[in-house]
Amino acid sequence: MKLTNLLALTAIALTGVSSSSAVAEDLTLCWASWDPANALVELSKDYEAKSGNTMHFEFVPWPNFADRMLNELNSGGKLCDLLIGDSQWVGGAAENGQYIKLNDFFEKEGISMDDFIPATVVGYAEWPKNTPNYWALPAYADVVGWTYRKDWFSRPELQKEFKAKYGYDLGVPSSLAHLKDIAQFFQNRKIDGKTVYGAAIYTERGSEGITMGVTNVLYNYGFEYQNPKKPYDMSGFVNSAGAVKGLEYYKDLYNTGTPPGSSDWYMSEDIDAYKSGQVAMQMNFAFVWPGMNADSNVGGDRTGYFANPPGPAGQFAQLGGQGISVVANTEHKDAALAYIKWFAQPEIQKRWTAMGGASALRAVVEDPAFPDKQPYNRAFLDSMAIVKDFWAEPSYAELLLAMQDRVHKYVIAGQGTAQEALDGLLKDWIQTFEDEGKL
Amino acid sequence: MSSSPMECAAKVTPRPLANSIRGLSDRGIAWLFVAPTIFLLLAINIFPLIWTIYLSFTNFRANRIGREVKFIGLRNYERILSDPDIWQTMQATAHFLLWTLFFQVLIGFTLAWLINRKFKGNDMWTTIIVLPMMLSPAVVGNFWKFLYHPQTGLFNYVVQFFTGVDSSSFSMIGDVSLAPWAIVIVDTWMWTPFVMLICLAGLRSIPDYLYEAASVDRASKWRQFWTITIPMVLPFLMLAVLFRGIENFKMFDLVVQLTGGGPGSITELTSINLKREAFEKWRTGYASAYAVILFVTVFGLASIYVKALNKVKER
Repeated sequence: MKLTNLLALTAIALTGVSSSSAVAEDLTLCWASWDPANALVELSKDYEAKSGNTMHFEFVPWPNFADRMLNELNSGGKLCDLLIGDSQWVGGAAENGQYIKLNDFFEKEGISMDDFIPATVVGYAEWPKNTPNYWALPAYADVVGWTYRKDWFSRPELQKEFKAKYGYDLGVPSSLAHLKDIAQFFQNRKIDGKTVYGAAIYTERGSEGITMGVTNVLYNYGFEYQNPKKPYDMSGFVNSAGAVKGLEYYKDLYNTGTPPGSSDWYMSEDIDAYKSGQVAMQMNFAFVWPGMNADSNVGGDRTGYFANPPGPAGQFAQLGGQGISVVANTEHKDAALAYIKWFAQPEIQKRWTAMGGASALRAVVEDPAFPDKQPYNRAFLDSMAIVKDFWAEPSYAELLLAMQDRVHKYVIAGQGTAQEALDGLLKDWIQTFEDEGKL
Repeated sequence: MSSSPMECAAKVTPRPLANSIRGLSDRGIAWLFVAPTIFLLLAINIFPLIWTIYLSFTNFRANRIGREVKFIGLRNYERILSDPDIWQTMQATAHFLLWTLFFQVLIGFTLAWLINRKFKGNDMWTTIIVLPMMLSPAVVGNFWKFLYHPQTGLFNYVVQFFTGVDSSSFSMIGDVSLAPWAIVIVDTWMWTPFVMLICLAGLRSIPDYLYEAASVDRASKWRQFWTITIPMVLPFLMLAVLFRGIENFKMFDLVVQLTGGGPGSITELTSINLKREAFEKWRTGYASAYAVILFVTVFGLASIYVKALNKVKER
């Protein structure tokens, strides 16, 4: 009897050991360090409970995120099993074999890209663009939009003064020209005894800031990356007359409607300026909106949200956001794919949005109740419908830094003209594509 | 009778090893001892240098390991030397280097001269003055960024207090004409104490009898200063200039934290520009050529300077 019990116990113990060693794995997910990442940690507890795997997270602050993660990918590191990487990395990661192609996996698991917002599929998952080759699952839908001080805008004395000065009502700007009027109206104005300024916009030089800001204006003034009919034919598109006007607009907005000392501002500086009551409007990615809404100083009814206003050539907004990919070097490929399968489920996506994430699943954002669930949801949907993205080429970093340099020199340092800046940018981009053998 | 340590070591040395060493000359044994160091030097200094020179003639990119590496001759060098942006970073570096050296030598020597006079609280003042150089450059860059802030920064308020210029009307790190001076001010604040300490060592090494003899000869204080103090301190000063010159030529962390190289690229020094080319744009071959040019420049200038320093010492 004793021997039988002992054998049974041994068998149970061995089964337990073998099953746990076969199933339980440690997965590391890499992403930027920001509020949505904290929400993902909470959300992933469900995956841990269901799979028995343990999730680890490596979050890097935004200014160092690209440097750190691209070094990791380029050096063939094994830190990350899953990476929520920027949309522009997909080309390089796909061509250099750093991400696993997900087409077969999607097909096998019944995950359809038709279920996601089309712009996010193109932006975060596809390479080459507009072809059904998927390297990521859209994970976090994001776009540049605007917040404004609804409480200031609704003050009768300011409305009256604005109307008298500009001849139309102070409200959500219906064009970029109106946005500049409003920024200039609030610039250096005393509100509640404090000097305030027009708008906090992106001007950062080191990583991607000013490019993510200025493109919102350039697109709407007619800037195109290339001839839609002839890839890499950029002359007359990058430096078109409209694009030049757009760049001049951004410089004028910076000079006449932004706080002093805002020469190197990106997401966090814009948030600080807005939350501390320094500015009437704030350009920022939509991920900041839940935080604005909950803020004790400026949240609730005091803040409104709107999509990037149209310009003379249309209405577009800079795409942000990321897709989740499996890093090719992972030793836990199956577990990583299982995480993506779990993450793609509609109920998880719904919970993801509720916890502070931003699902790109159409079932979530096209839910009739979605626009009214949060005060910023309608602006988010409006913005996601007009997105455009920067180059996602393998040489995107070089293309991006060239734009950072050229635009910052003109807009912030005031060196040269807008035409010279864009002509210079065109020259840099042609050089890059020649080096790449694409021209 | 007790054995000497040498005899003890000989006893415990395995016979095959002892036999092979016995066959070595003194020179051979010396080589044996220095070989590990030479190997390390070759591995971590000489090989990377040669490899960098090789890469500078190619189109290699460290983020495209699988791509064919082409030999492109002097094209990288041509592109660098004809690129106006590179020349602008060279100018920015020269401006930073010359002005920081000028102010640090001037203020550092003056402080050393004052501290060298015996007065109450001398040690306390020395400690206070050297505090900035004990801080991390990244920390210094960050807190000066706050000090320079037009709306909340102390620096702007001090300027307003003394000049009446509105503090929010100018931005030290956002204005293209002020930013180059902003980085000069911070580096001078941080590293003047270093120059002061070296000058102080020089001043304290001057024997008192030289001044006593000069006084007996009725030499004025002014004459004593120019004929005793300056010549005796000059080698120390030149050494300080050499150290600070080399450090500031490769300045990176402080300026990155303070201005990030902006506005535009007005404070983008060569080391910052090189890092962007190498590790952000991933133009490894191009960046290697850039590094070689900088290496030759620094090496050449430093060699000329060291020769001048030796001549001053010999006098």
